[in-house]
Amino acid sequence: MATSTAKAPPRRGLRDWLNHLSGMDRDRLEQAIVGYLFVLPDLIGLLIFVAGPMIMALVISLTDWKLVGEPQFVGLHNYEIIFKDPKFGASLGRTILYTVSFVPLVYCLSLGMAVLLTRRSRSNNFFRTVYFMPVAMSLVVAGVIWRFMFDPGNGLINELLGAVGLPPSQWTGSVQTAMISVIIVSVWKSAGYFMIILLAGIQDIPTDYTEAAEIDGANRRQIFWHIILPLLKPTSFFVLVILTINALQAFDQIYVMTRGGPAYATYTLLMYTYEKAFREWNFGYAAAMAVALFAMVFVLTLVQVRYFRSGEIRD
Amino acid sequence: MHKSPRHYLGVGSWYTIAIILGIVFAGPFVWMLSSSLKPANEIFVTPPILISPNASIKNFQEVFRQTPFERYMFNSFLVATTVTVTALLLHSMAGYALARLEFPGRRLIFLGIISTLMIPFYTILIPLALLVKQLGWLNTYWALIIPAIPHAFGIFWLRQFFLGIPQDLEDAARIDGASRIAVFFRIALPLARPVMAALAVFFFLANWDSFLWPLIAANKQEMRMVQVGIQTFTGEHGNAWEQIMAASVIAIIPTLLLFFTLQRFIVESVKMTGLKG
Repeated sequence: MATSTAKAPPRRGLRDWLNHLSGMDRDRLEQAIVGYLFVLPDLIGLLIFVAGPMIMALVISLTDWKLVGEPQFVGLHNYEIIFKDPKFGASLGRTILYTVSFVPLVYCLSLGMAVLLTRRSRSNNFFRTVYFMPVAMSLVVAGVIWRFMFDPGNGLINELLGAVGLPPSQWTGSVQTAMISVIIVSVWKSAGYFMIILLAGIQDIPTDYTEAAEIDGANRRQIFWHIILPLLKPTSFFVLVILTINALQAFDQIYVMTRGGPAYATYTLLMYTYEKAFREWNFGYAAAMAVALFAMVFVLTLVQVRYFRSGEIRD
Repeated sequence: MHKSPRHYLGVGSWYTIAIILGIVFAGPFVWMLSSSLKPANEIFVTPPILISPNASIKNFQEVFRQTPFERYMFNSFLVATTVTVTALLLHSMAGYALARLEFPGRRLIFLGIISTLMIPFYTILIPLALLVKQLGWLNTYWALIIPAIPHAFGIFWLRQFFLGIPQDLEDAARIDGASRIAVFFRIALPLARPVMAALAVFFFLANWDSFLWPLIAANKQEMRMVQVGIQTFTGEHGNAWEQIMAASVIAIIPTLLLFFTLQRFIVESVKMTGLKG
């Protein structure tokens, strides 16, 4: 082992230094030194760029910080205005509308696809790859392509509707359909991703259960409703929480497709926060909105953590 | 093995559903590519043209002529690669220390790191932008790279992995006189290759696709990352859809290549996010 020691001088240096320490537990000291050394870079990074800004967000939300002028401490004033601000209420409403449409749609579609492709086979592998392909595309590009296909004039979607005798739609161009267009794109982009997660969950279900049910004469529908779906509960729950958290933060595709329009039809909470902060430069108020949104996600996360704890105990 | 729904749906209807879904998911890719090769006057015609007899790469040349798209691509490559490599090194070090080394405060540090997972990015967006501005990093690579590195998710997964490696392997190396650092680099790190590969794909894609942060942190033309580039190009070229589609094709070529060559690892990384705890 003499050659390998010679290859790594820093290690030798540390060990030499450790050799000089007498009366102490050398290994414990080495573990502590290496441990702190290894954890420190990430820890500092998280403190400066995640934990610090989180505390700053709370602090800023208590001020009237704008681009110009000295920020003043205003207490909970921003939070008071938030609840009176009709624009906040309206964008919260739209965010909720988006969430309650997006989440069940993605869940049902990806579960359906996972069930459709449960068995390992060549053709299933092929279809899985195809359904999973939108993962290779950013939300920005997905938004751009679908805006093109949703063109209110002769866009591909309207052409296809026309081909089967349906009337064209304004899609992103009208107040009535803009939100639906955004939801379609978001579902299209996410379904394959969550199909993979649900597929992994279904494949983890021991086949003994389904086989036993089959022997007892259960049909496929019964097996799905009474065996697969209940046993898939932890995965489903996880997927639903993640989907909800994602939905509350929807931004990229909306920014690219409609910029929150037309006439605020797709103006969600994060859109509003973004514009308050980086168009109107009203950091205090925007930070208060960001914290309010965080509170909602926080509650969801707690529910999730709680659920997983209880799940662990049962297992 | 579960019986496939083919058995009760019937092979015919099973294939019909599977193929219709396939068209829904793959169609936009095909239409994007098809449109990017068309001349402008064939973009909106009835009936739509799938394969144009006048197909050419003219639109791609136009994109590069009008916009420094190669620069956007370079920026995204540099940022995504640097973040991925640095993050993997730092997270594996931290994950290893938290899993295999004893030191005072370890549990507390781990809990602290994990609790940052609850902080959504948009909540810290404003302070982060102000911080980066204060540091004078706006429109620099620092602003795009450094804040993207710390991420509890990667630390968590590598720690989970290192918890599972057999103690014997480490002990054998320790008896041979290897230091803790050497054990990490020579024993633990090579074992973590599959997890690292999945995380690498995840980090690269996340950074290549990121939009909101680069939009705020670096919007000067030569510092734009590719997603911001696409968005601005779309804004500036309003109805030149054939060019916008060409730009989109350019932007997704790297991720599509990654998708088809490393799909196994992408699927792994997705499962990792899905099978928590």
